[in-house]
Amino acid sequence: MIPLSWYLILAAALFGIGLFGVLVRRNAVAILLGVELMLNAVNINLVSFWRYGDVSTMAGQVFAIIVFAVAAAEVSVGLALVISVYRRRNTVVADELDLLKW
Amino acid sequence: MTGTQIIFLIFALFTLGSALMVVTTRNLIHAALWLVATLFGVAVIYTLLNAGFMAVVQVVVYIGAIAILFIFAVMLTRKDLRDNVSQMNKNWWAGAIVAVLTFAGLVFTLQGWSGFSKTAAAVPSGFDAISQLGDKLTSPAAYVLPFEVASVLLLAALVGAVYVAFNKK
Repeated sequence: MIPLSWYLILAAALFGIGLFGVLVRRNAVAILLGVELMLNAVNINLVSFWRYGDVSTMAGQVFAIIVFAVAAAEVSVGLALVISVYRRRNTVVADELDLLKW
Repeated sequence: MTGTQIIFLIFALFTLGSALMVVTTRNLIHAALWLVATLFGVAVIYTLLNAGFMAVVQVVVYIGAIAILFIFAVMLTRKDLRDNVSQMNKNWWAGAIVAVLTFAGLVFTLQGWSGFSKTAAAVPSGFDAISQLGDKLTSPAAYVLPFEVASVLLLAALVGAVYVAFNKK
Protein backbone atom coordinates (compact mmCIF):
# COMPACT_ATOMS: atom_id res chain seq x y z
CA MET A 1 0.00 0.00 0.00
CA ILE A 2 1.05 3.57 -0.62
CA PRO A 3 1.39 5.66 2.54
CA LEU A 4 -0.46 8.97 2.71
CA SER A 5 2.83 10.86 2.85
CA TRP A 6 3.63 10.06 -0.79
CA TYR A 7 0.48 11.77 -2.02
CA LEU A 8 1.00 14.74 0.28
CA ILE A 9 4.59 15.21 -0.85
CA LEU A 10 3.53 14.94 -4.51
CA ALA A 11 0.84 17.56 -3.91
CA ALA A 12 3.27 19.85 -2.09
CA ALA A 13 5.79 19.59 -4.93
CA LEU A 14 3.10 20.28 -7.54
CA PHE A 15 1.94 23.28 -5.50
CA GLY A 16 5.51 24.58 -5.33
CA ILE A 17 5.96 24.25 -9.08
CA GLY A 18 2.67 26.04 -9.70
CA LEU A 19 3.64 28.80 -7.28
CA PHE A 20 6.95 29.20 -9.13
CA GLY A 21 5.04 29.59 -12.39
CA VAL A 22 2.68 32.17 -10.91
CA LEU A 23 5.48 34.25 -9.41
CA VAL A 24 7.93 34.07 -12.28
CA ARG A 25 6.19 33.98 -15.64
CA ARG A 26 5.65 37.25 -17.48
CA ASN A 27 2.82 36.18 -19.73
CA ALA A 28 -0.62 36.45 -18.10
CA VAL A 29 -1.83 33.20 -19.71
CA ALA A 30 1.21 31.38 -18.31
CA ILE A 31 0.40 32.76 -14.85
CA LEU A 32 -3.07 31.22 -15.14
CA LEU A 33 -1.43 27.91 -16.12
CA GLY A 34 0.47 28.06 -12.83
CA VAL A 35 -2.77 28.67 -10.93
CA GLU A 36 -4.22 25.53 -12.53
CA LEU A 37 -1.25 23.49 -11.28
CA MET A 38 -1.81 24.80 -7.74
CA LEU A 39 -5.53 23.95 -7.86
CA ASN A 40 -4.67 20.43 -9.00
CA ALA A 41 -2.27 20.03 -6.09
CA VAL A 42 -5.05 21.04 -3.69
CA ASN A 43 -7.38 18.52 -5.31
CA ILE A 44 -4.86 15.69 -4.90
CA ASN A 45 -4.69 16.57 -1.20
CA LEU A 46 -8.48 16.61 -0.81
CA VAL A 47 -9.02 13.30 -2.57
CA SER A 48 -6.19 11.57 -0.71
CA PHE A 49 -7.53 12.81 2.63
CA TRP A 50 -10.92 11.39 1.61
CA ARG A 51 -9.35 8.01 0.80
CA TYR A 52 -7.24 7.82 3.96
CA GLY A 53 -9.90 9.19 6.27
CA ASP A 54 -13.51 8.11 6.62
CA VAL A 55 -14.45 6.87 3.15
CA SER A 56 -18.22 6.93 3.70
CA THR A 57 -18.53 10.69 4.30
CA MET A 58 -17.44 11.63 0.74
CA ALA A 59 -16.60 15.12 1.99
CA GLY A 60 -13.21 15.24 0.28
CA GLN A 61 -14.58 14.30 -3.12
CA VAL A 62 -17.46 16.78 -2.84
CA PHE A 63 -14.99 19.49 -1.90
CA ALA A 64 -12.79 18.57 -4.87
CA ILE A 65 -15.78 18.77 -7.21
CA ILE A 66 -16.56 22.28 -5.92
CA VAL A 67 -12.90 23.14 -6.59
CA PHE A 68 -13.38 21.87 -10.17
CA ALA A 69 -16.34 24.19 -10.66
CA VAL A 70 -14.51 27.16 -9.16
CA ALA A 71 -11.46 26.42 -11.33
CA ALA A 72 -13.61 26.35 -14.46
CA ALA A 73 -15.21 29.68 -13.49
CA GLU A 74 -11.82 31.19 -12.68
CA VAL A 75 -10.27 30.12 -15.95
CA SER A 76 -13.15 31.33 -18.11
CA VAL A 77 -13.30 34.77 -16.50
CA GLY A 78 -9.50 35.05 -16.31
CA LEU A 79 -8.95 34.20 -19.95
CA ALA A 80 -11.79 36.53 -20.97
CA LEU A 81 -10.01 39.31 -19.06
CA VAL A 82 -6.71 38.46 -20.76
CA ILE A 83 -8.32 38.54 -24.20
CA SER A 84 -10.08 41.82 -23.41
CA VAL A 85 -6.83 43.37 -22.16
CA TYR A 86 -5.00 42.11 -25.24
CA ARG A 87 -7.61 43.73 -27.46
CA ARG A 88 -7.25 47.11 -25.77
CA ARG A 89 -3.55 47.28 -24.83
CA ASN A 90 -2.12 44.84 -27.38
CA THR A 91 -0.05 43.05 -24.74
CA VAL A 92 -0.39 40.09 -22.39
CA VAL A 93 2.79 40.76 -20.41
CA ALA A 94 1.74 41.27 -16.81
CA ASP A 95 4.51 43.84 -16.16
CA GLU A 96 3.18 46.15 -18.86
CA LEU A 97 -0.35 46.26 -17.47
CA ASP A 98 0.41 49.15 -15.13
CA LEU A 99 -2.50 51.49 -15.84
CA LEU A 100 -3.41 51.63 -12.15
CA LYS A 101 0.17 52.28 -11.04
CA TRP A 102 1.09 55.81 -9.91
CA MET B 1 7.90 -2.28 -3.68
CA THR B 2 4.50 -3.39 -4.81
CA GLY B 3 3.12 -2.82 -8.30
CA THR B 4 0.88 0.02 -7.12
CA GLN B 5 3.83 1.84 -5.64
CA ILE B 6 5.81 1.53 -8.86
CA ILE B 7 2.85 2.86 -10.87
CA PHE B 8 2.49 5.72 -8.39
CA LEU B 9 6.16 6.64 -8.62
CA ILE B 10 6.17 6.54 -12.42
CA PHE B 11 3.13 8.77 -12.72
CA ALA B 12 4.20 11.09 -9.91
CA LEU B 13 7.49 11.70 -11.71
CA PHE B 14 5.63 12.10 -15.00
CA THR B 15 3.26 14.65 -13.39
CA LEU B 16 6.04 16.66 -11.76
CA GLY B 17 8.22 16.57 -14.88
CA SER B 18 5.46 17.86 -17.12
CA ALA B 19 4.51 20.46 -14.49
CA LEU B 20 8.11 21.70 -14.60
CA MET B 21 7.86 21.90 -18.38
CA VAL B 22 4.63 23.93 -18.02
CA VAL B 23 6.37 26.61 -16.00
CA THR B 24 9.68 26.68 -17.88
CA THR B 25 9.04 26.07 -21.58
CA ARG B 26 9.26 29.10 -23.86
CA ASN B 27 6.48 28.31 -26.30
CA LEU B 28 3.08 28.85 -24.66
CA ILE B 29 1.30 26.33 -26.88
CA HIS B 30 3.79 23.73 -25.70
CA ALA B 31 3.18 24.85 -22.11
CA ALA B 32 -0.55 24.28 -22.58
CA LEU B 33 0.12 20.81 -24.06
CA TRP B 34 2.41 19.97 -21.12
CA LEU B 35 -0.45 21.06 -18.87
CA VAL B 36 -2.59 18.40 -20.57
CA ALA B 37 0.10 15.82 -19.71
CA THR B 38 0.18 17.02 -16.09
CA LEU B 39 -3.60 16.81 -15.78
CA PHE B 40 -3.52 13.31 -17.22
CA GLY B 41 -0.95 12.28 -14.61
CA VAL B 42 -3.16 13.71 -11.87
CA ALA B 43 -6.09 11.69 -13.29
CA VAL B 44 -3.99 8.53 -12.89
CA ILE B 45 -3.27 9.55 -9.28
CA TYR B 46 -7.04 9.85 -8.70
CA THR B 47 -7.51 6.36 -10.09
CA LEU B 48 -4.90 5.03 -7.67
CA LEU B 49 -6.91 6.69 -4.88
CA ASN B 50 -10.08 4.74 -5.86
CA ALA B 51 -11.71 7.97 -7.01
CA GLY B 52 -12.81 6.90 -10.48
CA PHE B 53 -15.37 9.65 -10.87
CA MET B 54 -12.76 12.29 -10.11
CA ALA B 55 -10.47 10.81 -12.75
CA VAL B 56 -13.22 10.95 -15.37
CA VAL B 57 -14.17 14.51 -14.41
CA GLN B 58 -10.49 15.44 -14.55
CA VAL B 59 -10.23 14.20 -18.12
CA VAL B 60 -13.55 15.63 -19.29
CA VAL B 61 -13.54 19.02 -17.55
CA TYR B 62 -9.86 19.81 -17.14
CA ILE B 63 -8.36 18.29 -20.28
CA GLY B 64 -11.47 18.56 -22.40
CA ALA B 65 -12.55 22.08 -21.49
CA ILE B 66 -10.00 24.06 -19.50
CA ALA B 67 -6.86 23.02 -21.40
CA ILE B 68 -8.60 23.64 -24.74
CA LEU B 69 -9.69 27.06 -23.45
CA PHE B 70 -6.04 27.79 -22.65
CA ILE B 71 -4.97 26.79 -26.15
CA PHE B 72 -7.64 29.09 -27.62
CA ALA B 73 -6.47 31.96 -25.41
CA VAL B 74 -2.85 31.41 -26.41
CA MET B 75 -3.79 31.47 -30.08
CA LEU B 76 -5.92 34.61 -29.67
CA THR B 77 -3.17 36.52 -27.87
CA ARG B 78 -0.11 35.32 -29.80
CA LYS B 79 2.65 37.87 -29.61
CA ASP B 80 6.37 37.81 -30.30
CA LEU B 81 7.25 36.98 -26.70
CA ARG B 82 8.91 33.78 -27.76
CA ASP B 83 12.36 34.02 -29.20
CA ASN B 84 14.84 36.42 -27.67
CA VAL B 85 12.81 37.91 -24.82
CA SER B 86 12.96 36.14 -21.49
CA GLN B 87 9.77 34.34 -20.47
CA MET B 88 10.54 34.96 -16.82
CA ASN B 89 10.86 38.23 -14.98
CA LYS B 90 14.20 39.30 -13.63
CA ASN B 91 13.39 38.26 -10.06
CA TRP B 92 12.94 34.62 -11.06
CA TRP B 93 15.47 33.44 -8.47
CA ALA B 94 13.37 35.01 -5.70
CA GLY B 95 10.32 33.18 -7.04
CA ALA B 96 12.29 29.93 -7.08
CA ILE B 97 13.39 30.47 -3.49
CA VAL B 98 9.82 31.19 -2.38
CA ALA B 99 8.53 28.08 -4.17
CA VAL B 100 11.22 25.83 -2.66
CA LEU B 101 10.62 27.31 0.79
CA THR B 102 6.88 26.71 0.44
CA PHE B 103 7.50 23.09 -0.50
CA ALA B 104 9.97 22.62 2.36
CA GLY B 105 7.63 24.31 4.82
CA LEU B 106 4.68 22.17 3.77
CA VAL B 107 6.68 18.94 4.05
CA PHE B 108 8.17 20.02 7.38
CA THR B 109 4.76 20.89 8.80
CA LEU B 110 3.19 17.66 7.57
CA GLN B 111 6.06 15.62 8.95
CA GLY B 112 5.15 16.59 12.49
CA TRP B 113 1.58 15.35 11.98
CA SER B 114 0.83 11.95 13.47
CA GLY B 115 -1.20 10.70 10.50
CA PHE B 116 1.51 11.51 7.97
CA SER B 117 2.62 7.97 7.17
CA LYS B 118 -0.62 6.08 7.73
CA THR B 119 -1.85 3.66 5.12
CA ALA B 120 -5.36 3.44 3.75
CA ALA B 121 -7.93 1.08 5.18
CA ALA B 122 -9.47 -1.17 2.56
CA VAL B 123 -12.64 0.16 0.97
CA PRO B 124 -15.59 -1.63 2.66
CA SER B 125 -17.05 -4.35 0.46
CA GLY B 126 -20.21 -3.27 -1.33
CA PHE B 127 -19.25 0.39 -1.01
CA ASP B 128 -20.05 2.20 -4.25
CA ALA B 129 -18.24 5.52 -4.21
CA ILE B 130 -20.01 6.95 -7.25
CA SER B 131 -23.57 6.32 -6.03
CA GLN B 132 -22.56 7.55 -2.57
CA LEU B 133 -21.20 10.71 -4.16
CA GLY B 134 -24.41 11.23 -6.11
CA ASP B 135 -26.48 10.74 -2.96
CA LYS B 136 -24.40 13.21 -1.00
CA LEU B 137 -24.43 15.82 -3.75
CA THR B 138 -28.23 15.81 -4.07
CA SER B 139 -29.33 15.12 -0.53
CA PRO B 140 -30.58 18.12 1.48
CA ALA B 141 -28.97 16.61 4.57
CA ALA B 142 -25.56 16.73 2.89
CA TYR B 143 -24.16 18.92 0.13
CA VAL B 144 -27.03 20.00 -2.09
CA LEU B 145 -26.62 23.69 -1.19
CA PRO B 146 -22.91 23.98 -2.18
CA PHE B 147 -23.76 22.01 -5.33
CA GLU B 148 -26.45 24.49 -6.35
CA VAL B 149 -24.31 27.47 -5.38
CA ALA B 150 -21.59 26.07 -7.66
CA SER B 151 -24.06 25.98 -10.55
CA VAL B 152 -25.02 29.61 -9.91
CA LEU B 153 -21.31 30.49 -9.79
CA LEU B 154 -20.75 28.78 -13.15
CA LEU B 155 -23.67 30.68 -14.67
CA ALA B 156 -22.34 33.98 -13.33
CA ALA B 157 -18.87 33.18 -14.66
CA LEU B 158 -20.35 32.30 -18.05
CA VAL B 159 -22.25 35.58 -18.30
CA GLY B 160 -19.26 37.53 -16.98
CA ALA B 161 -16.83 35.92 -19.40
CA VAL B 162 -19.07 36.63 -22.38
CA TYR B 163 -19.54 40.23 -21.25
CA VAL B 164 -15.84 40.87 -20.59
CA ALA B 165 -14.57 39.30 -23.79
CA PHE B 166 -17.32 40.74 -26.00
CA ASN B 167 -16.08 43.06 -28.72
CA LYS B 168 -18.23 46.16 -28.52
CA LYS B 169 -17.22 47.56 -31.89
